[in-house]
Amino acid sequence: MTKAPVRKPVPATRSTVSLKLLMAVTGLLLVAFLFAHMTGNLKLFVGPENFDHYAHWLRTLGTPLLPETWYLWIQRAGLTVALIGHIAAATILARRARKARPVRYAHRPKVQGSYAARTMRWGGVIVLLFVIYHILDLTTGTVNPAGGDSEPSARVIADFAPGRWYVTLFYTLAIVAVGLHLRHGIFSAVRTLGQRSPRGERRARQAALVLSLVLVIGYLSVPFAVLTGLVG
Amino acid sequence: MDIQVRVWRQDGPSDKGRMVSYDVKDISPDASFLEMLDVLNEKLILDGDDPVAFDHDCREGICGMCGMMINGVAHGPERATTTCQLHMRHFSDGDVIDVEPWRAAAFPVIKDLVVDRGAFDSIIQAGGYISAPTGTAPDAHATPVPKADADAAFEAATCIGCGACVAACPNGSSMLFTAAKVSHLGLLPQGQPERDSRVLDMIAAQDEAGFGGCTNAGECTTVCPKGIPLTLIGRLNADYRNALRKG
Repeated sequence: MTKAPVRKPVPATRSTVSLKLLMAVTGLLLVAFLFAHMTGNLKLFVGPENFDHYAHWLRTLGTPLLPETWYLWIQRAGLTVALIGHIAAATILARRARKARPVRYAHRPKVQGSYAARTMRWGGVIVLLFVIYHILDLTTGTVNPAGGDSEPSARVIADFAPGRWYVTLFYTLAIVAVGLHLRHGIFSAVRTLGQRSPRGERRARQAALVLSLVLVIGYLSVPFAVLTGLVG
Repeated sequence: MDIQVRVWRQDGPSDKGRMVSYDVKDISPDASFLEMLDVLNEKLILDGDDPVAFDHDCREGICGMCGMMINGVAHGPERATTTCQLHMRHFSDGDVIDVEPWRAAAFPVIKDLVVDRGAFDSIIQAGGYISAPTGTAPDAHATPVPKADADAAFEAATCIGCGACVAACPNGSSMLFTAAKVSHLGLLPQGQPERDSRVLDMIAAQDEAGFGGCTNAGECTTVCPKGIPLTLIGRLNADYRNALRKG
């Protein structure tokens, strides 16, 4: 009799379910940040000064309890830890999934699962590459035409100028990738955290769709406002 | 009706295996998929060839023995139907039908379409039991069970362990099977003493057998011949989290 290859025992803290729990918690933390970030972005519609004032306020947040910019660095550290945990768990799970099906099907139609669910892994990689570019662009200003010493609003307005339509296009594709990732991700996280009623499932799917749409529209509104001359 | 089947042929566990085409003629539309394979096998035997090995037992859709990927879908195109209950009338004359075994590291191919599903047994052994005092059978109403719980437990208990969920899962995960077993016992009062250890041990056994993790893609529940709902995976996750918290 053949025997399936038995793998090393996995401690409960590193079981597939525990790794998914880690992904759910870190993922939802990152979603919470996305909403805070989007709120800040939308201040550009109040006025570039308002937007810049907000950006500077982030640096003085927590003072005098904390020295200047400390709050920002604590948040950045927290987000980086969450991101690394999310990606590390995803990588381990993706490797286990690959090992779980060593021989592929000769005939395999793209079946039931949604496009968003099927593209979680590669979509996640694209989002990561975008985040790296985005930090170099609008945080450090390294690849931004206005440079790192300019006001934040000037960087945004220079970035999405009509002549740089390809940057806007890249941002649009990346934001849509984030939206797809979250459409499945938010629902999946809620399920991983123990959602278990049919009504709850419907609500979780609807909430994931609505929250993703709000984020996509909120994030795209700024580059398109600059592109069309509505802002700046 | 005349059809062509392309079947996975593999002499043994160490053979590489390949798809082989066969013409099957004069099949009744009322024949089941397995009866169609029976007809093919009779022809192969008469021709002096090796018949196609496949698992089957009750042929009533309740034992869980049969199961194969038909055109890339576990148990074929009919929803909530086992392969033995799938009839040829759901195909058309002249169709080319691809037939493959379940594909999973934890389900090694023994021969052709037969896979070893012993990994499911190891998951059951890890926690699919309750501790009950032996002796005379207790009175039926000795332990009251709320109707809603009894219904939900029964729904989970209809899992026949065929392995279609694993075969369909993009991650080769057995979460729907394990969730059905965890929920079936965890919903009933008799299953409470081992509720925490059961979910931890069954997931450990599942990981150890080489199944992948769940990504809530939902492929499993769509092919499940018993329609085991995806929400049971949420129940397993909740039980797992509780068990982890208690240490």
